[in-house]
Amino acid sequence: MTTATDAAGQVPAAGPAETRTPILSARRLVKTFGRVVGLDGVSLELYPGEVLAIIGDNGAGKSTLIKCLTGAEIPDEGEIFLDGKPVHFKRPQDARAAGIETVYQNLAVSPALDVATNLFLGREERKRGILGSVFRIVDQKGMREKARNELRALGISTLQDVTVPVENLSGGQRQAVAVARAAAFGSKVVVLDEPTAALGVRESNQVLELIRNLRDRGIPVILISHNMPHVFDVADRIHIQRLGKRAATITPESHTMTDAVAIMTGALRA
Amino acid sequence: MTQQTTEPPTSALDLAEEFLDRTTPLSRIRNTLHRYPAISPALVLVLAVIVFGLLNDRFLNPANLSLITQQVAVVGTLAVAQTLIILTAGIDLSVGAVMVLSSMVMAQTSVQLGLPGILAIVLGLVVGLAAGALNGFLVTRLKLPPFIVTLGTLSIFVALTLLYSGGATVRGAEMPELLTAMGATFTIGGVNFTVGVLMMLVLYVVISLILAKTAWGRHVYAVGDDPEAARLAGISVNRVLMSVYLAAGAILALGAWIQIGRTNAASPNAGAELNLDSITAVVIGGTSLFGGRGTVWGTLLGALIVGVFRNGLSLAGLDVLWQTFAVGVLIVVAVSVDQWIRKVRK
Repeated sequence: MTTATDAAGQVPAAGPAETRTPILSARRLVKTFGRVVGLDGVSLELYPGEVLAIIGDNGAGKSTLIKCLTGAEIPDEGEIFLDGKPVHFKRPQDARAAGIETVYQNLAVSPALDVATNLFLGREERKRGILGSVFRIVDQKGMREKARNELRALGISTLQDVTVPVENLSGGQRQAVAVARAAAFGSKVVVLDEPTAALGVRESNQVLELIRNLRDRGIPVILISHNMPHVFDVADRIHIQRLGKRAATITPESHTMTDAVAIMTGALRA
Repeated sequence: MTQQTTEPPTSALDLAEEFLDRTTPLSRIRNTLHRYPAISPALVLVLAVIVFGLLNDRFLNPANLSLITQQVAVVGTLAVAQTLIILTAGIDLSVGAVMVLSSMVMAQTSVQLGLPGILAIVLGLVVGLAAGALNGFLVTRLKLPPFIVTLGTLSIFVALTLLYSGGATVRGAEMPELLTAMGATFTIGGVNFTVGVLMMLVLYVVISLILAKTAWGRHVYAVGDDPEAARLAGISVNRVLMSVYLAAGAILALGAWIQIGRTNAASPNAGAELNLDSITAVVIGGTSLFGGRGTVWGTLLGALIVGVFRNGLSLAGLDVLWQTFAVGVLIVVAVSVDQWIRKVRK
């Protein structure tokens, strides 16, 4: 429980993780908003094939950290590396183009459009030949087929009719569509912002299962969540933010939920 | 593939059954209407034709049916432009005014400047595009609500029309033949159709294909449905909106050409009622004023319904005010049905 801290006041990641190369890492990110310090030298590593949860109290810098990683904010100081190369995202589109897909809470899907159309929204595939090149006709059949395969590959078996409008789906299924879209286009990292916040128990379990499936397919996931049981259920490692800093990085094996909450609130100095 | 453990795999059929199990017959109807919003206007149109046909023998006369199609041609064309804009959750109060301005430019440049017909039509098209560009600019760059923008540009275009034309009507006989070509007729099965009606139908086919089959069409729906979700999906919302207003401007210019053929004249005072009639056709046709939902075929049905009601009621010998009354009732009922349909389970 009392883990040794390094010079930066941060707990080394547990397990063999340090010996691997992170796919996404941030070094000493600083972000201030006027006098408010959002991030105060935060580092983070995401390794291939893992689910990294980020937890923290309100105002601890979770969302600022995520926004910096996904291009929604530009850090004042510090560096971000993707596949070992430094990256500088100016806009969310930059991060997406680099392979970091973000699923925003309740915002990501168009309710009146069907599942397949949503999956391919903004990157429609056109038919081959003159119909596609000159008349710009989209390949609806092909996209539906791919959408079906993608959903099946993710283990979303309850959602095989890709012609259903998204608004007819349950909350969990909608979230699944959003996650599937994030995972579908060769993305390197998927960031999920509170994916279970609005869902019931059964639907939450479906989304957690989906996160595991993503990981099993080799796509590392960053999960931001307030829900401790969900975090401990699905995460391989847990990054705890406190007062704009990384208070610790723990694993569900090394610490209990109570410990995690104690570190979050400062009751326990990690 | 990892099997999901939380619940047994369900096929689409099972999903549909689960979906239906929770529903009453009424909400089943609602779900069907929700998926195929053109059903209710189609039913209304069929009923109206049967009722008016029973009320008056002359209603189903080929000559009368031909008249209805001609009466619908201009408003039906304008309503296509209106549909595109309403699909993006906008509204255009200026469609009639743009159409009239464009028609006056076509007529005046050919008659007073002696330009050949094709050049006059191109100039009218440019005017339509410019008007669309102005509306689109104000909506996308200045972020003004489309209702306010087009309320303002409505007055601007009406004033420009009167200033430019001096309030004078140009007769079709003075114009090059090409300008009045939309009024030429041909006969199918004993019913006379004008080229203008044919053009309107071609426009419907083209726009419905574009909306259903191209990425742009999907983006139009996505932008109207939820602009934030569209933006996050990487769609440039402003570019889509701008293109919609430009496309509408081009369609309105086509409407101007059809209007000249229909009335065999270009009058600066025509089309005042067309601004609202086009919205009526769209709304009755099942397109949601909240955007993202609807089809141009519904709009065609809506335009036909209005045309059939006006024509049928007038044949039944009722005061013209009852036509207006009936159209008003249709609008209120159509919007109520839309609201009810949108209450499909979330």
